[in-house]
Amino acid sequence: MAETTLTHIGRTEPRPAGWQGIAADWSSDQRAFKNVSWGKAMMWIFLLSDTFIFGCFLLSYMTARISTRVPWPNPSEVFALRIGGSDIPLILIAIMTFVLISSSGTMAMAVNFGYRRDRRKTAVLMLLTAALGATFVGMQAFEWTKLITEGVRPWGNPWGAAQFGASFFMITGFHGTHVTIGVIFLIIVARKVWRGDYDVGRPGFFTSRRGRYENVEIMGLYWHFVDLVWVFIFAFFYLW
Amino acid sequence: MAEATANGLGQHALDSAHTHDATTTGVTTAEVHQEHPIKLYLVVWAWLFILSTCSYLVDYFGLHGYLRWSLILIFMILKAGLIVAIFMHMAWERLALTYAIILPPVLVLVFVTMMVFEADYTLLTRMAFFGAGP
Repeated sequence: MAETTLTHIGRTEPRPAGWQGIAADWSSDQRAFKNVSWGKAMMWIFLLSDTFIFGCFLLSYMTARISTRVPWPNPSEVFALRIGGSDIPLILIAIMTFVLISSSGTMAMAVNFGYRRDRRKTAVLMLLTAALGATFVGMQAFEWTKLITEGVRPWGNPWGAAQFGASFFMITGFHGTHVTIGVIFLIIVARKVWRGDYDVGRPGFFTSRRGRYENVEIMGLYWHFVDLVWVFIFAFFYLW
Repeated sequence: MAEATANGLGQHALDSAHTHDATTTGVTTAEVHQEHPIKLYLVVWAWLFILSTCSYLVDYFGLHGYLRWSLILIFMILKAGLIVAIFMHMAWERLALTYAIILPPVLVLVFVTMMVFEADYTLLTRMAFFGAGP
């Protein structure tokens, strides 16, 4: 009985390497993710399910684009901006990409400073991440406004295949929602870090469990995932 | 029962249990914390910028056909790999977790293959019944 208890609080038995180790971890009477806390494992499993959601969105977009007889609107021209008298293709999307990558960078540094228990730097970097995320959402709102005024609707657009609008609003809208939720949670976690909740193990507002600096890393997992999804959207929707 | 008790303990109690356990039994306790030098993140950050610029230039120079698609895919996979491996720390996680998370999305490719055939069939049917295009 005592043995069982100890394995459940993270003791790791010696394991063979590679596939044999994986099989041993997943065998009966085992906790599969030995040294991974439940918070982190659950976030990963949530992200896995979210991967399938975005995967299905991109799949349906692919299916619509292959199966239509009407030419697909050229994203390079649709998302061009007129700057200084000449059309620059995809420039807004490129800037959005750099903004989101930068926010991922600041988030990774926040996680690092969190484990070093540098409250001030962690909180500042998380707020910077949130600010970059909010900038991204703002630019997306600008992009939506531009396209809507140009006549793009979920059921049609001036340039080609009618499915373009539906795919665009669905995919970018769902991604933008993810970014918005991320920004809100970044601010919540940053406040907790700033107040020192994770130093004193103050109970959280929702589950009343004691927080620790790993929460910053779990928050970071979500944020990097949002950036990851954008990598795929950028490649398949905007560049393809 | 004992499990419930262990989960109900505070973090400090858990930490002390860890060290106590490790010292008395000699079994290695794997650390969950992910601490890496800041420089690593800056290097990855720079690479993500470079790769993004490259994929943007693919569009800027208007490359076409298989060259365009293969370049887009290569830059996309490199970027995704860097984010997952370094930023999300997957490179340092236990293999059991890594495979549990990384393998299932690969199966999406099966779905992709199925839908490519399905979409091609739809297109052929549309062309057969509605003509080649407006």
